[in-house]
Amino acid sequence: MTRPRPSIGTIIGLLALAFGVVIVVTLPFWTSEFRESQFAQVAVYFMAILSLNLLTGYTGQISLGQGAFLMIGGYTAAMLVVHSGWTGTQKLLTIPAAAGMAFVTGAIIGIPALRLRGLHVALTTFALALALPQLVAKFHHFTGGPNGQQLPFTEIPTNEYQYRMSWIVAGICFLIVWLVLRGRTGRAFRSIRDSEVAAVSSGVSLPIYKIIAFGISAAIAGAAGAVGALDTNNVSPQNYSLNLSILILVGAAIGGLGSLWGMWLGAIILEFLPLWAQDTPGLGGQAPQVVQGIALILIMFLLPGGFAGLIRQAVLFIARYRTPTAPEPAPATPPVGRV
Amino acid sequence: MELLDRIRPTGKTHEGAPPKPRKRRMRSPIELPMLLLLIGYFGFLLIGSIVSSSFGQQTVSGLSAGAAYGSLGLAIVLIYRATEVLNFAQGEMAMFSVFVCYQFNVLWGWNYWASFALTLLISFVGGFVIQRVVIRPVENANILTIVIVTIGLFFLFGGLALRIWGGVPVAFRTPLGADATQHVTIGDIVVAKSDIVTIVVALGVVFLLWLLFQFTKVGLAMRASALRPAAARLVGIRVSWMYALGWGLAAFLGALAGLLIVPPGLETTFMQPILLYAFAAAVLGGLESPIGAIVGGLVLGSMLNLLSAYIDWIGNVLRLPVALVVLLIVLLVRPAGLFGHETVEKV
Repeated sequence: MTRPRPSIGTIIGLLALAFGVVIVVTLPFWTSEFRESQFAQVAVYFMAILSLNLLTGYTGQISLGQGAFLMIGGYTAAMLVVHSGWTGTQKLLTIPAAAGMAFVTGAIIGIPALRLRGLHVALTTFALALALPQLVAKFHHFTGGPNGQQLPFTEIPTNEYQYRMSWIVAGICFLIVWLVLRGRTGRAFRSIRDSEVAAVSSGVSLPIYKIIAFGISAAIAGAAGAVGALDTNNVSPQNYSLNLSILILVGAAIGGLGSLWGMWLGAIILEFLPLWAQDTPGLGGQAPQVVQGIALILIMFLLPGGFAGLIRQAVLFIARYRTPTAPEPAPATPPVGRV
Repeated sequence: MELLDRIRPTGKTHEGAPPKPRKRRMRSPIELPMLLLLIGYFGFLLIGSIVSSSFGQQTVSGLSAGAAYGSLGLAIVLIYRATEVLNFAQGEMAMFSVFVCYQFNVLWGWNYWASFALTLLISFVGGFVIQRVVIRPVENANILTIVIVTIGLFFLFGGLALRIWGGVPVAFRTPLGADATQHVTIGDIVVAKSDIVTIVVALGVVFLLWLLFQFTKVGLAMRASALRPAAARLVGIRVSWMYALGWGLAAFLGALAGLLIVPPGLETTFMQPILLYAFAAAVLGGLESPIGAIVGGLVLGSMLNLLSAYIDWIGNVLRLPVALVVLLIVLLVRPAGLFGHETVEKV
């Protein structure tokens, strides 16, 4: 038998994936209408975290402005619906259009990032997230200005439709990212993250792969923005403030940067922590920010790999227990800690 | 190594007569082309102000705003050059300090200047403690971890302020109080007193910092810690404490900047745009140079003000995007900024 037995990690991963798919598909049957729209929002956060993870967790380019790409996607979709009259089923076409628009923007942002390193990329994207909402105010005739733009009321989708659409798009994005990361491109990304010098010496082209990383990441964030805009039926600069970019970072850190398996948890926490905090007496409505800030710091102290890092350690522990004689697979580089 | 020799000269104990400081050649903090550029720019401002009084007024109020950006940028530079950390929470920390002062002065009715002094003291201690408690555990981690921790601080302070003082704008005075509306006339130019105070304080602060770094033992130790941490440790400097001192100073400066520029309606988010300007100012100055941050701030502030006054298309709305563009251009064309050298040097 030459065919290698799949490792325990792969099996657990596939099982978890199957379990996740089953949960997502069957969720509408055992929750309320209202919950469905909340879980649709979870899908948006999921995609946003996915995009940040690709860029920061796998490629090592710190982005503090992922919300800007969501904004570009959201506004592209909304403007296509409002000004170009893409309604009905055409609405769905705004999602790839938004992704394409964001892809181009991301690639353009990626070009200066070629010359910038580490903190400078973080600084640039941070500035982008702060500055971009001003452009909406500037071109208010087209964008609807600082108070936002309502999409036509004629065809507000049902919650279930929202839910299914959001998760189908999220699933496609996840598949794309997974395919990108498992092959040559993914290895190139990781090599850039671990050492740019080593990556170049091994023949990885920094310009090409950095631009690809920025482009794909922005495209997925753009798709997330478009889905969010179609779900909530409006866009507004307040929805894409700096806080959103930081929230996405919080979610990614909770889920675990550099791994795909914990992001659902980050997305769920982002959506439900504020609601939970509101319902909890004594915390008041303002607490989530405080809790999230503390959570972010504590995670960096205690669990730099996030939830996924915890899972990985557990899997390694089980694997060691099952095959005590087999050489232990080298643990994947913890994403946060050795970039 | 020269620095370290001065702290404890080789071959002697540090008792007895202090060693004669070696004559050092002062290295110019700025390279010639950049100096010419700056002279040209400020010459343009000066001539413009002489020709047109409205231009002069825009320039002065821009310089005043720029002095505030520069002061916050100075705080960012202090931390960056010691530990190569960009503190994304600097603005929110300053905002929090301002609200602490508001609490003392307005809500508890204390004397303004007592509140002012106490706030600055609390900010200094607070910055020191934050470094010890929050930053030190990740001191040796990679950039991403530290960035995320400062972002966590950003959220923490923003959330705390929102929780304590609410989201409704409040009225709070600037240090000048009722005098803030008074004006001084220089030639044809009418200048608000508060503008002059801001500029003078910013320049004064950077001068004091220069004195601190250049002529005191603590300043020398801080420079040594930034330049050669390992060697500094060997000669007995508590490097980590020097970093904490840097954080304390930075928080102090941030609080000072915040208190100088309290807007009419004080909100918990008022520092967020200013933080971007401060970053742009610091980068323009080269991210390593205190004087660079102030000069960068002055250049940026006056430029933004003139652009938004004279180009209608930019107006007030596009100030932030323009700052972003400035930031990008500097990072792309000359990452060392106005006051940097090609070889990184920590003065």
